[in-house]
Amino acid sequence: MSTSYLFPAAPELLLILSGLVLLLVGSFKDHAAGARLVSTLALVTLAVAFFATIIVTPGAAIYAFREHFVLDAFAGFMKGVVFLGALGTLLIAQPYLRQEKLERFEYALLVLFSTAGMGLLLSANSFLALYVALELMTLPLYVMAAFKRDTFKSTEAGLKYFVLGALASGMLLYGISLVYGFTGTISFTALQDIYAAGDVRLPIGALVGLVFIAAGLAFKLGAVPFHMWTPDVYEGAPTAVTAFFAAAPKIAAMGLTVRVFAEPFGAFVADWQQIVIAVAVGSMALGAFGAIGQTNIKRLMAYSGIGHVGYALVGLAAGTERGVYGVLVYMTLYLFMTVGTFAVILTLRRRGQELERVQDFAGLSKEQPLLALAAAIFMFSLAGIPPLAGFFGKLYVFLAAVDAGLIALAVFGVLMSVVGAYYYLRIVKLMYFDAPPEPFDKTIEPELQAVLVVTTAVTALFIVFPGPILGTAQVAASALFP
Amino acid sequence: MPVPVEHFLVVAAVLFTLGIFGIFLNRKNIIVILMSIELILLAVNINLIAFSAHLGDLVGQVFAMFILTVAAAEAAIGLAIVVVVYRARRSIAVEDINLMKG
Repeated sequence: MSTSYLFPAAPELLLILSGLVLLLVGSFKDHAAGARLVSTLALVTLAVAFFATIIVTPGAAIYAFREHFVLDAFAGFMKGVVFLGALGTLLIAQPYLRQEKLERFEYALLVLFSTAGMGLLLSANSFLALYVALELMTLPLYVMAAFKRDTFKSTEAGLKYFVLGALASGMLLYGISLVYGFTGTISFTALQDIYAAGDVRLPIGALVGLVFIAAGLAFKLGAVPFHMWTPDVYEGAPTAVTAFFAAAPKIAAMGLTVRVFAEPFGAFVADWQQIVIAVAVGSMALGAFGAIGQTNIKRLMAYSGIGHVGYALVGLAAGTERGVYGVLVYMTLYLFMTVGTFAVILTLRRRGQELERVQDFAGLSKEQPLLALAAAIFMFSLAGIPPLAGFFGKLYVFLAAVDAGLIALAVFGVLMSVVGAYYYLRIVKLMYFDAPPEPFDKTIEPELQAVLVVTTAVTALFIVFPGPILGTAQVAASALFP
Repeated sequence: MPVPVEHFLVVAAVLFTLGIFGIFLNRKNIIVILMSIELILLAVNINLIAFSAHLGDLVGQVFAMFILTVAAAEAAIGLAIVVVVYRARRSIAVEDINLMKG
């Protein structure tokens, strides 16, 4: 029996195996020293997994584990993005964990296992693989939300995330059981084959199942009307964990949503299009209006994240290859913007205390002009102002929507991004035109510096070198539409 | 005479709804929420096994085994979080979990 069938899953196997080994390493070492060693090794593992993904991703789809696992250009692209997100957020978490006295080696392990779940999730080719991978991704997230276990806020965030996350899994599973019962299969490939031939209608029971699955996925994405957990969890979780939540799981869930709608249910665009449009409209509106009154920067980022999921779903609503291409570009650029923004938030400190209020950005430009410049670039980019990266993300999804005849949806999206610009620009105004009440801490930790430089460079210079991201995204999107 | 599959589906749907209402209407205790989650997952299992028998296909039963396993892991993490919450604030009443609005 050959072991070549393990090869497509090499990055995930690497993450899981190194997670198990590092568990032992951490257990046999002293607290702080062990935590530092395990974190460093976990960072190396994530980097290796990123490059392994690039190496193993083939031109044509490879199936493994009896077709429960697929590795195609789409999965490879999304995995690369997710692994980068996990790497960046684990890196910026290091100074935070040191300063908050949270240096426990389990943190890096939870990131590793969760990231392995995300990789498997993006390669899932049956509902069984989807469910198990989804749980592997989310179970560590519940623990991470409650990581500051002696504070009220963090434990409350963990509990709320757990209850609503478990409810979402339940709805997803109920949907899966209905789809299985009314179509007789749980394989994505089989579903695609059954319904590829001509205009077959989806059985009504499976349609109900599809709605339940969409609800479960919307929960994981934090999209309206299942967004209510996001602001609380983002505010309560330790800031480094919030950064991870905003980057990796959100992008993995978006990749999964795209695959589920485009592959097994690809023949029923008319059936799911209205759901996706409704979710996108609601998310864009709530993201724009909900954030206006927020005083906590993490809560504001939660609403911002809801809004951005809405914009990305506009591309999916188009239901075309160009739409999926737009989603992929959007999520990639969103990753760099959001990780950069959280790096700025993690840098802001006064007398060693972390700052969480929006008001605390006041006067940043007078004391740390470079950091303020980076923050301003991220804010302009999140608002979608050219020539920064965020503008191009929005451009591609709206273009795809217009191409698919969803002109009203695209216009609504543009209007909402105008409303959203208000609260991003308010932060820029605070940084540049208000006076700081007290001086900020001057030091920027080396990990944060590195991440800030990379994310700022990508966000600002995307217009000059768009080729690498656009080219691979194009290949990835076409893998879903053979 | 075998019981038709619809009857199982109705039972599962009722259990599922009870579970959802248990989460949202419950104002007393977090443990009740954990029980409601368990109820939802078991409703799904009934669905899967009924369909599996109806279709003469084993996949549904295998799926149910996976759900049982994952549900155990989920319950373990849920209880661990409940313990942590209790340590932090000496109460597991639902109304006390209200530090953040929403």
